[in-house]
Amino acid sequence: MISCEQAALICNKAQYREATFLEKVKLKFHVLYCETCSKFTKQNTAFTSLCDKADLHGLSEAEKDKMKAELEDIQ
Amino acid sequence: MTEHRLLPDQWVDNYADYLFNYAIGKISDVETAKDLVQDTFVAGLNSAKNYKGEAAERTWLIAILKRKVIDHYRKINSKKGRAEVRMSYSPASDAEGDWLEEQVADPASVVENDNIENDELGLAIYECISKLPKKQALVFNMKTIQGVSTEDICKELNINPSNLWVMIHRARTALMGCLNQNWYNL
Repeated sequence: MISCEQAALICNKAQYREATFLEKVKLKFHVLYCETCSKFTKQNTAFTSLCDKADLHGLSEAEKDKMKAELEDIQ
Repeated sequence: MTEHRLLPDQWVDNYADYLFNYAIGKISDVETAKDLVQDTFVAGLNSAKNYKGEAAERTWLIAILKRKVIDHYRKINSKKGRAEVRMSYSPASDAEGDWLEEQVADPASVVENDNIENDELGLAIYECISKLPKKQALVFNMKTIQGVSTEDICKELNINPSNLWVMIHRARTALMGCLNQNWYNL
């Protein structure tokens, strides 16, 4: 038996493929009887596929620092 | 109406990802997209005195970026002397009645609109990310968008994994709530 906090943690890890097989089994079992976590897991998974679909691109901190430095030179 | 003000010191932190994500949707080359974002900030600084405070800072910046993208395509087109629009019939087909009308996108097809919708989706997500607390946004970005490993993030930010997962959890919950408010039903 796991708590809802633990279930949420496993669910989040699973979004990044970092949950172990045993963890996933525990989560599946918890979701069977816990409606809140069942809803959360569905939403969280949907959010992950939304992020994948949006194909997000970002800049790394190093790239941003470089930008900042260049802008400061102009100012 | 609330008066908007420009805060150039925070531009890179607040809008670089948002603008870059827009640019990369229009120009697939990473370096060019990055340059255009930087050009946008420079142009913003130069014309800051013309800013009337009517539009929000971000709206104003993305308007500049849109011009930059158009200028970019204009430049590469004229360089190669291809500024005119060329209409050609499909070379692959020798079918009868091979007219332009037949090559227009099928309005019932969903594939053409996919990119546009995904662009908007990306912007909506970035808008929500910008409302997160700084540290949460940083962790979420590194983990989700740049795909940095948990171990590396912990090292770089000097936190332990359970801190990281708490921040990820809060960020994801807030983002889901924000997207739900903005018409995406999760």
